[in-house]
Amino acid sequence: MRLKDISINNLRRRKGKVFFLIVGLTIGITTVVTLISVTRMMNEDISRKLDEFGANILIIPRSDDLSLSYGGMNIGGVSIDAQTLKDSDVPKIRQIEVRENVSTVSPKLIGVTEIQGRKVPLMGIRFDEELRLKKWWKIHGVEPKSRDEVLLGNEVAVRLFRSTGDHLTINGKPMRITGVLDETGSQDDFLIFSDLTFAQETMKKSGALSLIEVAAFCNSCPIEEIVRQISEKLPHAKVTAIKQTLQTKMEALDHFKKFSVGISIIVLLIGSLIVFTNMMASVNERKREIGIFRAIGFRKSHVVRIIFLEALIVGLIAGIVGYALGLGVSHIIGPMITGMKGGSLFIDPLLALGAIFLSSLIGILSSAYPAIHASKMDPTTALRAL
Amino acid sequence: MSLIEIKKLNKTYEGGEECVMALRDVDLNIERGEFISVMGPSGSGKSTLLTILGGLNHPTKGDVMIDEIPIYGLSLEKLADFRREYLGFIFQSFQLIPYLTVIENVMLPLSITQRTNREQVKMADEILEKIGLAGKATRLPDQLSGGEQERVAIARALVNSPPILMADEPTGNLDSKTGKEIMDLFKSLNKEGQTIVMVTHNPENTSYSTRTISLRDGRVETVASKMKSDYPFARMEEQNIS
Repeated sequence: MRLKDISINNLRRRKGKVFFLIVGLTIGITTVVTLISVTRMMNEDISRKLDEFGANILIIPRSDDLSLSYGGMNIGGVSIDAQTLKDSDVPKIRQIEVRENVSTVSPKLIGVTEIQGRKVPLMGIRFDEELRLKKWWKIHGVEPKSRDEVLLGNEVAVRLFRSTGDHLTINGKPMRITGVLDETGSQDDFLIFSDLTFAQETMKKSGALSLIEVAAFCNSCPIEEIVRQISEKLPHAKVTAIKQTLQTKMEALDHFKKFSVGISIIVLLIGSLIVFTNMMASVNERKREIGIFRAIGFRKSHVVRIIFLEALIVGLIAGIVGYALGLGVSHIIGPMITGMKGGSLFIDPLLALGAIFLSSLIGILSSAYPAIHASKMDPTTALRAL
Repeated sequence: MSLIEIKKLNKTYEGGEECVMALRDVDLNIERGEFISVMGPSGSGKSTLLTILGGLNHPTKGDVMIDEIPIYGLSLEKLADFRREYLGFIFQSFQLIPYLTVIENVMLPLSITQRTNREQVKMADEILEKIGLAGKATRLPDQLSGGEQERVAIARALVNSPPILMADEPTGNLDSKTGKEIMDLFKSLNKEGQTIVMVTHNPENTSYSTRTISLRDGRVETVASKMKSDYPFARMEEQNIS
């Protein structure tokens, strides 16, 4: 028999007490593992969304005349500008060196049109490209397929008292409303979307563009490089990375991470406290036992080792169970938070090892004082000096 | 040279404002192979004497030599090692580890030695056989009778073949029949040469020992011994020690 057998047998044959010890620590580890896993899921989700959906590069004409804003960015004025963007600029974007990183190119023309005596903003787009860019658009109805069809933003539809299937007249031309957007909370709610060529004709700006939105993958190539290469191709344009799109999403993730760290620390501290108080109580209960150990000839270090071993075993079990539970819980709530479909349950060995190591460490640290306290117990008082 | 030599032993307990002198100027020699009973009313200091002899309690003054080793000159850790090798303890009660089986309890003193598991089991089996508990090795303490638990404690105390067996009220929690069985066991162990120091308040137990030391108020009052050759029906020779 060795010291470890004493520790193991104590835990084996006193299951009730050990149970609460393990539960406390397990909850802590489960929480940490869940938070880490969910944070990872959110990270992946955002990266994916950033890479695939939504523009991250904005191209506008170089201009000092700022009178229209779109998505919070000031775009060039509506007045005649020598340096407009043109239809012919679009294919150039797909000719840059890192063209495989360019996912979507969506040119737009913004103007103002008159409907029923009111001035309403009109945006000419290429629907197939724009819909690839704006995956979050929810259309009541369908997108326009021909030049005499339009899509309405939520607010516009309300103000014009129109809905899907109705008609309206733009600069004298009858247009059919094929769909209305669900509220997006952005500028899009206030716009009428038509085919780009129709908008160019209506506004008498043949071949002109107000801006081009580009979605690029930045995994293999930093966005600054893509911006630089596009700028080279379009010297008359102002090319910028829309950091704010990235930023708001990253900020949200950052807040979540900080929140997770805070919660994790609290939960682990509570777990430690549970281990500590349990161990102290256990050690006090075992005064006689420890007195026997000492009287038989166990050194202080032997007694310390017995207590530490018990804590270590508890830590190991809590680590393994905590990891498994954390994996399960994050698998359930992760998709709820991120909106992703639950992926396959894959085991990350690094996280598992980390959880087990952390749990064991907490177990040992929390039982340090109880162990030393135990070893210092005077055998005579422990045995109630006969 | 005696196996145990005690010179001018004093022990004072300080509790708040009071000072209790548990032992005063005790001189005592115990030879190899003796079976000593230490008797006295409660408060006489017999428990203190045993714990000091057992290396568990530092005396306030005086020397304790066991096998010519001044045990209180050893470091705490070396003293623990000494206890393991030299002394076998039997306590008054609650002395078995409740979550260890009989054989695991017996192997306890061996668990911190270098002996292999196989050696440990062999030694434990042998002593259990001797004590008469061979069939109960895998039982837990709460599945044993009082007498059986006492035997396990004796087995544990002896598994390492310590030169000195220390027993504190070994029959204190047992009925008279079982108590007699235990005392017979002690007697037979002593016949084989085991040195035993036993604290007891039961005068009947003293008839089993070779020498009885009576304590009162921390001093040795009388020392009564039997002639070993006439044991247990020897005449008693009383010596008064002031």
